Amino acid sequence: MKKTKIFAAIGGLGVAMLSVFLIAADHVDSPSVAGGVTDIADVYAFQGDNPNNTVLIATVQGPLMPGTNTTEARFDENVLHQFNIDNDGDFVEDLVIQAVRRGDSMYFWGPTEPLSTGLNAQVAVNTPRTSVAVSTSTDVKTTTNNGVTYFAGPRRDAFFFDFNRFNMVTAGAVAPEGFLPPGQASDFFENLNVLALVVEVPNSLLGDAPTHVANGVGAIPEGTLPNSYNVWVTTHRR
Amino acid sequence: MKTFKIKILFAAIFASLLFVGCSDDDDGPGFEQDLDFSGTYAQEDHMGRPGINTVFGGSDEVKNRFNTSITSNRTTFQPTFQATLELYHDVYGNSLGVDLDYEANIFGLDAATFTTVLAQFDALQVAPEGQTIYFNQDTGLALTGRRLQDDVIDVSLTLMFGGMTGTRFDGNNGTPQLTSDGVGSGDRNFSLPFPYLETPN
Repeated sequence: MKKTKIFAAIGGLGVAMLSVFLIAADHVDSPSVAGGVTDIADVYAFQGDNPNNTVLIATVQGPLMPGTNTTEARFDENVLHQFNIDNDGDFVEDLVIQAVRRGDSMYFWGPTEPLSTGLNAQVAVNTPRTSVAVSTSTDVKTTTNNGVTYFAGPRRDAFFFDFNRFNMVTAGAVAPEGFLPPGQASDFFENLNVLALVVEVPNSLLGDAPTHVANGVGAIPEGTLPNSYNVWVTTHRR
Repeated sequence: MKTFKIKILFAAIFASLLFVGCSDDDDGPGFEQDLDFSGTYAQEDHMGRPGINTVFGGSDEVKNRFNTSITSNRTTFQPTFQATLELYHDVYGNSLGVDLDYEANIFGLDAATFTTVLAQFDALQVAPEGQTIYFNQDTGLALTGRRLQDDVIDVSLTLMFGGMTGTRFDGNNGTPQLTSDGVGSGDRNFSLPFPYLETPN
Protein backbone atom coordinates (compact mmCIF):
# COMPACT_ATOMS: atom_id res chain seq x y z
CA MET A 1 0.00 0.00 0.00
CA LYS A 2 2.80 2.40 0.84
CA LYS A 3 4.29 2.01 -2.63
CA THR A 4 0.94 2.55 -4.27
CA LYS A 5 0.83 5.89 -2.50
CA ILE A 6 4.36 6.72 -3.56
CA PHE A 7 3.86 5.99 -7.19
CA ALA A 8 0.44 7.61 -7.29
CA ALA A 9 1.87 10.72 -5.71
CA ILE A 10 5.03 10.97 -7.76
CA GLY A 11 3.83 9.69 -11.04
CA GLY A 12 0.31 11.00 -10.86
CA LEU A 13 -0.80 7.67 -12.23
CA GLY A 14 -4.02 5.86 -11.57
CA VAL A 15 -3.80 2.69 -9.50
CA ALA A 16 -5.12 0.61 -12.37
CA MET A 17 -2.19 1.69 -14.52
CA LEU A 18 0.46 0.97 -11.92
CA SER A 19 0.61 -2.73 -12.62
CA VAL A 20 1.63 -1.90 -16.17
CA PHE A 21 4.22 0.69 -15.27
CA LEU A 22 5.97 -0.58 -12.17
CA ILE A 23 9.43 -1.34 -13.46
CA ALA A 24 12.83 -0.76 -11.88
CA ALA A 25 16.00 -2.70 -11.13
CA ASP A 26 14.02 -5.28 -9.24
CA HIS A 27 12.00 -2.96 -7.06
CA VAL A 28 8.36 -3.98 -7.23
CA ASP A 29 9.14 -6.38 -10.06
CA SER A 30 6.09 -8.61 -9.98
CA PRO A 31 2.54 -8.34 -8.64
CA SER A 32 3.02 -11.18 -6.17
CA VAL A 33 5.75 -9.36 -4.25
CA ALA A 34 5.11 -5.68 -5.05
CA GLY A 35 4.91 -3.56 -1.95
CA GLY A 36 5.54 -6.54 0.31
CA VAL A 37 8.18 -7.45 2.85
CA THR A 38 9.84 -9.99 0.53
CA ASP A 39 10.28 -7.57 -2.38
CA ILE A 40 13.96 -7.33 -3.35
CA ALA A 41 15.01 -3.93 -4.69
CA ASP A 42 18.64 -4.51 -5.73
CA VAL A 43 21.69 -6.72 -5.42
CA TYR A 44 25.26 -5.45 -5.48
CA ALA A 45 28.53 -7.37 -5.28
CA PHE A 46 31.95 -5.79 -5.42
CA GLN A 47 35.49 -5.84 -4.05
CA GLY A 48 35.69 -4.41 -0.55
CA ASP A 49 38.02 -1.74 0.79
CA ASN A 50 40.08 -4.77 1.76
CA PRO A 51 40.80 -6.24 -1.70
CA ASN A 52 40.73 -9.77 -0.27
CA ASN A 53 37.06 -9.33 0.61
CA THR A 54 33.85 -9.28 -1.41
CA VAL A 55 30.95 -7.05 -0.37
CA LEU A 56 27.45 -8.41 -0.89
CA ILE A 57 24.47 -6.06 -0.60
CA ALA A 58 20.78 -6.82 -0.85
CA THR A 59 18.21 -4.05 -0.58
CA VAL A 60 14.56 -4.79 0.07
CA GLN A 61 11.16 -3.14 0.54
CA GLY A 62 12.15 -0.19 -1.67
CA PRO A 63 11.46 2.45 -2.49
CA LEU A 64 10.77 3.98 0.93
CA MET A 65 9.83 7.63 1.24
CA PRO A 66 11.88 9.69 3.72
CA GLY A 67 10.29 10.13 7.14
CA THR A 68 8.08 7.63 8.87
CA ASN A 69 7.85 5.44 5.79
CA THR A 70 11.57 4.77 6.33
CA THR A 71 11.87 4.97 10.12
CA GLU A 72 8.96 2.60 10.66
CA ALA A 73 10.03 0.08 8.00
CA ARG A 74 11.04 -3.28 9.48
CA PHE A 75 12.56 -6.48 8.16
CA ASP A 76 9.83 -9.08 8.58
CA GLU A 77 10.52 -11.74 11.23
CA ASN A 78 9.06 -14.48 9.04
CA VAL A 79 11.21 -13.66 6.03
CA LEU A 80 14.50 -15.40 5.32
CA HIS A 81 16.84 -13.22 3.25
CA GLN A 82 19.41 -15.34 1.45
CA PHE A 83 22.55 -14.57 -0.55
CA ASN A 84 23.22 -17.54 -2.86
CA ILE A 85 26.74 -18.27 -4.09
CA ASP A 86 27.48 -20.80 -6.82
CA ASN A 87 31.18 -21.61 -6.88
CA ASP A 88 31.20 -24.52 -9.35
CA GLY A 89 29.33 -23.02 -12.30
CA ASP A 90 26.06 -25.00 -12.22
CA PHE A 91 23.93 -22.11 -10.93
CA VAL A 92 22.90 -24.12 -7.89
CA GLU A 93 23.76 -22.48 -4.57
CA ASP A 94 26.83 -24.10 -2.95
CA LEU A 95 27.02 -21.56 -0.16
CA VAL A 96 24.44 -19.28 1.39
CA ILE A 97 24.46 -16.35 3.75
CA GLN A 98 21.13 -16.17 5.56
CA ALA A 99 19.52 -13.39 7.58
CA VAL A 100 16.37 -13.36 9.72
CA ARG A 101 15.31 -10.61 12.12
CA ARG A 102 14.25 -11.26 15.69
CA GLY A 103 13.35 -8.23 17.78
CA ASP A 104 15.94 -5.51 17.44
CA SER A 105 18.59 -7.82 15.98
CA MET A 106 19.33 -9.40 12.63
CA TYR A 107 20.68 -12.94 12.88
CA PHE A 108 23.11 -14.11 10.20
CA TRP A 109 24.36 -17.56 9.25
CA GLY A 110 27.15 -18.29 6.81
CA PRO A 111 28.66 -18.40 4.41
CA THR A 112 27.72 -22.04 4.89
CA GLU A 113 26.41 -24.95 2.87
CA PRO A 114 22.61 -24.78 2.65
CA LEU A 115 20.54 -27.51 4.31
CA SER A 116 18.65 -27.74 1.02
CA THR A 117 18.78 -26.01 -2.35
CA GLY A 118 15.97 -24.64 -4.43
CA LEU A 119 12.68 -22.95 -3.67
CA ASN A 120 12.19 -24.22 -0.13
CA ALA A 121 14.88 -23.17 2.32
CA GLN A 122 15.68 -23.86 5.94
CA VAL A 123 17.75 -21.75 8.28
CA ALA A 124 21.16 -23.35 8.87
CA VAL A 125 20.60 -23.42 12.62
CA ASN A 126 23.30 -26.03 13.18
CA THR A 127 26.02 -23.61 12.16
CA PRO A 128 27.22 -20.72 14.31
CA ARG A 129 25.22 -17.56 13.95
CA THR A 130 26.11 -13.92 14.40
CA SER A 131 23.75 -11.17 15.40
CA VAL A 132 23.94 -7.46 14.73
CA ALA A 133 21.63 -4.83 16.15
CA VAL A 134 19.40 -3.49 13.38
CA SER A 135 20.65 0.02 12.70
CA THR A 136 18.45 3.09 12.70
CA SER A 137 18.75 5.95 10.24
CA THR A 138 21.23 7.74 12.44
CA ASP A 139 22.88 4.97 14.48
CA VAL A 140 24.94 2.48 12.46
CA LYS A 141 25.64 -0.85 14.14
CA THR A 142 27.97 -3.48 12.71
CA THR A 143 29.31 -6.81 13.94
CA THR A 144 32.45 -8.59 12.78
CA ASN A 145 32.88 -12.29 13.46
CA ASN A 146 35.44 -14.66 11.93
CA GLY A 147 36.44 -11.96 9.48
CA VAL A 148 32.89 -11.40 8.22
CA THR A 149 31.24 -8.04 8.85
CA TYR A 150 27.46 -7.65 8.95
CA PHE A 151 25.00 -4.75 8.76
CA ALA A 152 21.20 -4.44 8.57
CA GLY A 153 19.17 -1.25 8.45
CA PRO A 154 17.75 1.61 6.39
CA ARG A 155 20.01 3.36 3.87
CA ARG A 156 19.71 5.73 0.94
CA ASP A 157 18.85 3.91 -2.29
CA ALA A 158 22.01 3.82 -4.43
CA PHE A 159 20.05 2.95 -7.55
CA PHE A 160 19.61 5.75 -10.09
CA PHE A 161 17.20 5.68 -12.99
CA ASP A 162 14.73 7.88 -14.86
CA PHE A 163 11.99 5.48 -13.94
CA ASN A 164 9.01 7.53 -15.11
CA ARG A 165 10.54 8.19 -18.52
CA PHE A 166 11.43 4.53 -18.90
CA ASN A 167 7.80 3.61 -18.38
CA MET A 168 6.82 6.00 -21.14
CA VAL A 169 9.62 4.77 -23.43
CA THR A 170 8.67 1.12 -23.17
CA ALA A 171 4.98 1.92 -23.53
CA GLY A 172 5.69 3.78 -26.78
CA ALA A 173 4.27 6.98 -25.30
CA VAL A 174 7.35 9.02 -26.21
CA ALA A 175 8.29 7.35 -29.48
CA PRO A 176 10.28 8.12 -31.45
CA GLU A 177 12.20 10.52 -29.17
CA GLY A 178 12.94 8.04 -26.38
CA PHE A 179 14.81 9.15 -23.26
CA LEU A 180 15.48 12.74 -22.25
CA PRO A 181 18.95 14.34 -22.43
CA PRO A 182 21.00 14.90 -19.26
CA GLY A 183 19.65 17.88 -17.41
CA GLN A 184 16.10 17.16 -18.44
CA ALA A 185 16.05 13.55 -17.27
CA SER A 186 15.07 12.93 -13.64
CA ASP A 187 16.36 10.29 -11.21
CA PHE A 188 13.25 8.79 -9.63
CA PHE A 189 15.22 7.20 -6.76
CA GLU A 190 17.37 10.21 -5.84
CA ASN A 191 15.69 10.93 -2.51
CA LEU A 192 14.31 7.52 -1.65
CA ASN A 193 15.50 4.82 0.73
CA VAL A 194 15.63 1.05 1.15
CA LEU A 195 16.25 -1.51 3.88
CA ALA A 196 19.75 -2.91 3.34
CA LEU A 197 21.64 -6.05 4.29
CA VAL A 198 25.40 -5.69 3.86
CA VAL A 199 27.92 -8.49 4.34
CA GLU A 200 31.65 -8.19 3.72
CA VAL A 201 33.22 -11.62 3.48
CA PRO A 202 36.80 -12.80 2.93
CA ASN A 203 37.09 -14.50 -0.46
CA SER A 204 38.84 -17.38 1.30
CA LEU A 205 35.43 -18.35 2.74
CA LEU A 206 33.78 -18.50 -0.69
CA GLY A 207 35.93 -21.18 -2.28
CA ASP A 208 37.51 -21.07 -5.73
CA ALA A 209 35.52 -19.25 -8.40
CA PRO A 210 34.42 -21.16 -11.53
CA THR A 211 35.04 -20.22 -15.15
CA HIS A 212 33.06 -17.11 -16.13
CA VAL A 213 29.73 -18.10 -17.67
CA ALA A 214 30.05 -15.60 -20.55
CA ASN A 215 33.41 -16.84 -21.78
CA GLY A 216 33.04 -18.19 -25.31
CA VAL A 217 29.55 -16.75 -25.70
CA GLY A 218 28.90 -14.54 -28.75
CA ALA A 219 32.00 -12.51 -29.58
CA ILE A 220 33.54 -12.98 -26.13
CA PRO A 221 36.61 -15.20 -26.63
CA GLU A 222 37.28 -18.09 -24.27
CA GLY A 223 39.41 -17.09 -21.33
CA THR A 224 38.71 -13.36 -21.68
CA LEU A 225 36.74 -12.86 -18.49
CA PRO A 226 38.16 -13.80 -15.07
CA ASN A 227 36.84 -16.68 -13.00
CA SER A 228 33.73 -15.47 -11.19
CA TYR A 229 31.21 -16.68 -8.64
CA ASN A 230 27.56 -16.59 -9.62
CA VAL A 231 25.62 -14.68 -6.97
CA TRP A 232 21.92 -14.00 -6.51
CA VAL A 233 19.55 -13.10 -3.70
CA THR A 234 16.29 -14.77 -2.78
CA THR A 235 13.66 -14.01 -0.16
CA HIS A 236 11.64 -16.76 1.44
CA ARG A 237 8.65 -16.66 3.79
CA ARG A 238 7.61 -19.30 6.32
CA MET B 1 36.39 -15.90 55.42
CA LYS B 2 35.86 -19.28 53.86
CA THR B 3 32.13 -18.65 53.52
CA PHE B 4 32.89 -15.30 51.94
CA LYS B 5 35.16 -16.93 49.34
CA ILE B 6 32.54 -19.52 48.50
CA LYS B 7 29.97 -16.79 48.08
CA ILE B 8 32.29 -14.89 45.77
CA LEU B 9 32.99 -18.06 43.79
CA PHE B 10 29.30 -18.85 43.54
CA ALA B 11 28.54 -15.29 42.46
CA ALA B 12 31.26 -15.45 39.82
CA ILE B 13 29.97 -18.72 38.40
CA PHE B 14 26.43 -17.39 38.38
CA ALA B 15 27.55 -14.20 36.69
CA SER B 16 29.44 -16.13 34.04
CA LEU B 17 26.34 -18.18 33.32
CA LEU B 18 24.33 -14.99 32.99
CA PHE B 19 26.94 -13.58 30.64
CA VAL B 20 26.84 -16.62 28.40
CA GLY B 21 23.07 -16.59 28.46
CA CYS B 22 22.85 -12.96 27.42
CA SER B 23 25.48 -13.05 24.70
CA ASP B 24 23.96 -13.13 21.27
CA ASP B 25 27.14 -12.89 19.25
CA ASP B 26 28.55 -16.05 17.82
CA ASP B 27 26.37 -18.24 19.95
CA GLY B 28 26.62 -21.64 18.45
CA PRO B 29 24.68 -24.85 18.13
CA GLY B 30 22.53 -25.73 21.09
CA PHE B 31 21.55 -22.16 21.74
CA GLU B 32 18.59 -22.09 19.38
CA GLN B 33 15.91 -23.07 21.87
CA ASP B 34 15.28 -19.46 22.82
CA LEU B 35 14.65 -18.30 19.27
CA ASP B 36 12.68 -20.31 16.78
CA PHE B 37 13.99 -20.22 13.23
CA SER B 38 12.65 -23.63 12.31
CA GLY B 39 10.38 -24.49 9.43
CA THR B 40 10.36 -24.26 5.68
CA TYR B 41 10.69 -20.89 4.02
CA ALA B 42 9.18 -20.70 0.53
CA GLN B 43 10.81 -18.51 -2.12
CA GLU B 44 8.89 -15.37 -3.08
CA ASP B 45 11.43 -13.17 -4.86
CA HIS B 46 14.70 -13.57 -6.70
CA MET B 47 17.25 -11.19 -8.12
CA GLY B 48 20.50 -11.64 -9.98
CA ARG B 49 21.28 -9.02 -12.60
CA PRO B 50 19.40 -5.73 -12.43
CA GLY B 51 16.14 -5.32 -14.31
CA ILE B 52 15.90 -8.77 -15.85
CA ASN B 53 12.47 -9.87 -14.70
CA THR B 54 10.94 -6.43 -14.83
CA VAL B 55 12.22 -5.57 -18.30
CA PHE B 56 11.90 -8.93 -20.02
CA GLY B 57 9.15 -10.72 -18.09
CA GLY B 58 6.46 -9.33 -20.35
CA SER B 59 3.36 -10.25 -18.35
CA ASP B 60 2.46 -10.30 -14.68
CA GLU B 61 2.00 -14.04 -14.81
CA VAL B 62 5.49 -14.63 -16.22
CA LYS B 63 7.08 -12.24 -13.72
CA ASN B 64 5.46 -14.06 -10.81
CA ARG B 65 6.64 -17.41 -12.14
CA PHE B 66 10.17 -16.13 -12.73
CA ASN B 67 10.45 -14.97 -9.12
CA THR B 68 9.38 -18.35 -7.83
CA SER B 69 11.55 -20.43 -10.14
CA ILE B 70 14.97 -21.97 -9.62
CA THR B 71 17.98 -20.14 -11.05
CA SER B 72 19.36 -23.29 -12.69
CA ASN B 73 16.06 -24.26 -14.33
CA ARG B 74 14.75 -21.42 -16.46
CA THR B 75 14.96 -22.53 -20.07
CA THR B 76 11.22 -22.00 -20.51
CA PHE B 77 11.57 -18.23 -20.00
CA GLN B 78 13.89 -17.59 -22.95
CA PRO B 79 11.19 -17.40 -25.67
CA THR B 80 9.21 -14.86 -23.63
CA PHE B 81 12.31 -12.77 -23.04
CA GLN B 82 13.12 -12.76 -26.76
CA ALA B 83 9.56 -11.82 -27.70
CA THR B 84 9.63 -8.92 -25.24
CA LEU B 85 12.95 -7.70 -26.63
CA GLU B 86 11.54 -7.71 -30.15
CA LEU B 87 8.33 -6.03 -28.99
CA TYR B 88 10.28 -3.03 -27.71
CA HIS B 89 11.81 -2.67 -31.17
CA ASP B 90 8.43 -2.98 -32.85
CA VAL B 91 7.14 -0.03 -30.83
CA TYR B 92 9.86 2.21 -32.25
CA GLY B 93 9.70 0.68 -35.69
CA ASN B 94 6.02 1.51 -35.84
CA SER B 95 6.56 5.09 -34.73
CA LEU B 96 9.31 5.57 -37.30
CA GLY B 97 7.38 3.79 -40.01
CA VAL B 98 10.09 1.18 -40.55
CA ASP B 99 10.54 -2.50 -39.85
CA LEU B 100 12.84 -2.63 -36.84
CA ASP B 101 14.48 -5.67 -35.27
CA TYR B 102 17.00 -6.23 -32.52
CA GLU B 103 20.57 -6.24 -33.80
CA ALA B 104 23.37 -8.27 -32.22
CA ASN B 105 24.93 -6.16 -29.46
CA ILE B 106 28.49 -5.13 -28.62
CA PHE B 107 29.20 -8.61 -27.28
CA GLY B 108 28.06 -10.16 -30.56
CA LEU B 109 25.02 -11.76 -28.92
CA ASP B 110 22.10 -12.34 -31.27
CA ALA B 111 18.57 -12.17 -29.86
CA ALA B 112 18.36 -15.85 -28.99
CA THR B 113 21.78 -15.99 -27.33
CA PHE B 114 21.33 -12.69 -25.51
CA THR B 115 17.99 -13.71 -24.01
CA THR B 116 19.33 -17.16 -23.16
CA VAL B 117 22.11 -15.58 -21.10
CA LEU B 118 19.57 -13.34 -19.40
CA ALA B 119 16.95 -15.99 -18.70
CA GLN B 120 19.01 -19.05 -17.86
CA PHE B 121 21.97 -17.51 -16.07
CA ASP B 122 20.37 -14.74 -14.02
CA ALA B 123 23.07 -14.14 -11.46
CA LEU B 124 25.69 -11.50 -10.90
CA GLN B 125 29.10 -12.76 -11.89
CA VAL B 126 31.57 -11.69 -9.21
CA ALA B 127 35.32 -11.95 -9.66
CA PRO B 128 37.31 -12.51 -6.47
CA GLU B 129 40.43 -11.19 -8.15
CA GLY B 130 40.74 -8.06 -10.23
CA GLN B 131 38.24 -5.30 -10.86
CA THR B 132 34.60 -5.88 -10.02
CA ILE B 133 32.39 -3.87 -12.40
CA TYR B 134 29.21 -4.28 -14.42
CA PHE B 135 30.86 -2.93 -17.58
CA ASN B 136 34.05 -0.96 -18.08
CA GLN B 137 33.69 1.07 -21.29
CA ASP B 138 37.40 1.78 -21.42
CA THR B 139 38.71 -1.76 -21.11
CA GLY B 140 35.69 -3.81 -22.22
CA LEU B 141 35.76 -5.79 -18.97
CA ALA B 142 32.20 -6.90 -18.31
CA LEU B 143 30.10 -8.73 -15.75
CA THR B 144 32.65 -9.13 -12.98
CA GLY B 145 30.44 -7.57 -10.30
CA ARG B 146 28.09 -4.71 -9.67
CA ARG B 147 29.39 -1.67 -7.84
CA LEU B 148 27.10 0.94 -6.32
CA GLN B 149 28.19 3.53 -8.87
CA ASP B 150 27.79 1.33 -11.94
CA ASP B 151 25.24 2.76 -14.37
CA VAL B 152 23.56 -0.58 -14.93
CA ILE B 153 20.60 0.97 -16.72
CA ASP B 154 22.75 2.56 -19.44
CA VAL B 155 24.67 -0.72 -19.83
CA SER B 156 21.44 -2.68 -20.13
CA LEU B 157 19.92 -0.22 -22.60
CA THR B 158 23.10 -0.30 -24.70
CA LEU B 159 22.98 -4.09 -24.82
CA MET B 160 19.31 -3.99 -25.81
CA PHE B 161 19.30 -1.12 -28.30
CA GLY B 162 22.92 -0.24 -29.08
CA GLY B 163 23.60 -2.84 -31.76
CA MET B 164 27.13 -3.93 -32.55
CA THR B 165 28.55 -0.42 -32.13
CA GLY B 166 26.63 0.38 -28.96
CA THR B 167 25.41 3.58 -30.64
CA ARG B 168 22.64 2.29 -32.91
CA PHE B 169 19.91 4.30 -31.17
CA ASP B 170 21.83 6.88 -29.18
CA GLY B 171 19.79 9.94 -30.15
CA ASN B 172 22.25 11.07 -32.81
CA ASN B 173 21.64 11.24 -36.56
CA GLY B 174 17.91 11.34 -36.10
CA THR B 175 17.71 8.14 -34.08
CA PRO B 176 15.67 7.73 -30.88
CA GLN B 177 17.62 7.98 -27.61
CA LEU B 178 17.31 4.47 -26.27
CA THR B 179 20.82 3.69 -25.01
CA SER B 180 20.92 6.06 -22.01
CA ASP B 181 18.27 7.25 -19.60
CA GLY B 182 20.14 10.53 -19.18
CA VAL B 183 20.69 10.31 -15.42
CA GLY B 184 23.82 9.58 -13.44
CA SER B 185 24.35 8.99 -9.74
CA GLY B 186 23.92 12.69 -8.88
CA ASP B 187 25.23 13.75 -5.47
CA ARG B 188 25.51 10.22 -4.08
CA ASN B 189 28.74 9.38 -2.27
CA PHE B 190 30.21 6.02 -3.20
CA SER B 191 33.45 6.30 -1.26
CA LEU B 192 32.09 5.58 2.21
CA PRO B 193 33.49 2.83 4.46
CA PHE B 194 31.41 -0.19 5.49
CA PRO B 195 28.42 -0.47 5.11
CA TYR B 196 29.23 1.61 1.99
CA LEU B 197 25.67 2.93 1.58
CA GLU B 198 24.68 6.44 2.56
CA THR B 199 22.57 7.59 5.51
CA PRO B 200 18.87 7.52 4.54
CA ASN B 201 17.19 10.66 3.25
